[in-house]
Amino acid sequence: MKVLVAVKRVVDYNVKVRVKADNSGVDLANVKMSMNPFCEIAVEEAVRLKEKGVATEIVVVSIGPATAQEQLRTALALGADRAILVESADELNSLAVAKLLKAVVDKEQPQLVILGKQSIDSDNNQTGQMLAALSGYAQGTFASKVEVAGDKVNVTREVDGGLQTVALNLPAIVTTDLRLNEPRYASLPNIMKAKKKPLEVVTPDALGVATASTLKTLKVEAPAARSAGIKVKSVAELVEKLKNEAKVI
Amino acid sequence: MTILVIAEHTNAALAPATLNTVAAAQKIGGDIHVLVAGAACGAAAEAAAKVAGVAKVLVADNAAYAHQLPENVAPLVAELGKGCSHILAAATSNGKNILPRVAALLDVDQISEIISVESADTFKRPIYAGNAIATVQSSAAVKVITVRATGFDAVAAEGGSAAVEAVSGSADAGKSSFIGEELAKSDRPELTAAKIVISGGRGMQNGDNFKLLYTLADKLGAAVGASRAAVDAGFVPNDMQVGQTGKIVAPQLYVAVGISGAIQHLAGMKDSKVIVAINKDEEAPIFQVADYGLVADLFDAVPELETLV
Repeated sequence: MKVLVAVKRVVDYNVKVRVKADNSGVDLANVKMSMNPFCEIAVEEAVRLKEKGVATEIVVVSIGPATAQEQLRTALALGADRAILVESADELNSLAVAKLLKAVVDKEQPQLVILGKQSIDSDNNQTGQMLAALSGYAQGTFASKVEVAGDKVNVTREVDGGLQTVALNLPAIVTTDLRLNEPRYASLPNIMKAKKKPLEVVTPDALGVATASTLKTLKVEAPAARSAGIKVKSVAELVEKLKNEAKVI
Repeated sequence: MTILVIAEHTNAALAPATLNTVAAAQKIGGDIHVLVAGAACGAAAEAAAKVAGVAKVLVADNAAYAHQLPENVAPLVAELGKGCSHILAAATSNGKNILPRVAALLDVDQISEIISVESADTFKRPIYAGNAIATVQSSAAVKVITVRATGFDAVAAEGGSAAVEAVSGSADAGKSSFIGEELAKSDRPELTAAKIVISGGRGMQNGDNFKLLYTLADKLGAAVGASRAAVDAGFVPNDMQVGQTGKIVAPQLYVAVGISGAIQHLAGMKDSKVIVAINKDEEAPIFQVADYGLVADLFDAVPELETLV
């Protein structure tokens, strides 16, 4: 079975982002970029499916600038077989990304598509669900366990208050949550080998997808800062403050 | 202008997040219709009809909607919502699962997790784990939006008398089926709805020590949460996680016990009204956001706190 994994290039999760002085966005100049953490989990899951003999080929796709080839090479070093970059210098919204992924799905015909549940920059949590709708496939979002069984995949999902398990007809879309797996690190020999794996670059135009959006970001601000309060000396003082000053207990 | 609000419910009862979503709809302004899609969901529909500010309740009672499978529910919402100005759902795991599918079926962009309504087409939402707030304007014919409950004060659960209308839904799409669920059973309030939340971090050392927090929580009528570090260490299950990758809470009182205060945790609780931090490391970043900080060993402080409240 062929597995398609979508990955996104984002600000590294360790970077403390700063809002630009003109409020046009966050400052991304000279900031470390990495693969979105949830996408790393998606790649890892695909590689584990291949190691189990369930997946036969892993195709990794990214939609983004030319520099996103770095993240695709990382995915190839982790075990993906080939890569596709849909190159777009513009920052695209989830619906446009889902439409581009749909075009790739049409071409590649994977049985399973695995994506991260959300990217840590725009925090939208939309693309997987939108791709499922556009493809007419079932979706298993926020997955903590994925088991392929015949022509179905059982997905255990992290939901409010616990876990839910659903059975989805294949082909299907899965989005990853944190506890699905712990991604491995790429070994040096695999990083070297990844440089020789095929990486195809296409444009949104070539896929016949219009990427115009109805959303416009008017401004980006820093959140209201919360200032530190006081240190209390004892539990008794704390209780007194909570009762008489804050009046919350 | 009609605003379609997707009710969050358990079939038997309406979930509190619905009241916050209706509050966001009121800020936008328009006729508020609430859709209760479920199976044997009459009680939830009756509760929705009593919610202040609701003009009409649409009930789609069908076995196909029993477990909120998005393959079945999203086409219904898209069909009912296509003439509306806005479609709103709470940014719960269910809302996040269904609404983007609705948006794609309607071929419109979605705006996720709004925390304020600036006007009928302009909204604020956090990005980069809450480290920046974006103001976003939408020109979509139907504005599909998920609402972060903590950004809006709940409307009254009583006082309304909306008409209840049955709507026929489509049949099971036949793409997915429900196998089972394991929901944590607890007599304590739900994390996102609790007035007081007590959370433990890596400093708790193990899962057994969380009993200290449960005892204190029961005395205060509080919910118990955890930091991602405590979840990753296996002390407690993931559904207790407060933070950017877990639940977003904004109670009247948040007590952080043995939590250092990583950015990802702060993103989930920094809108709480009063924050208390108990940590033996006086340099812990949690003290930078705490209204009241107590530098102490939690194993001494928590039992003492329990006897004094």
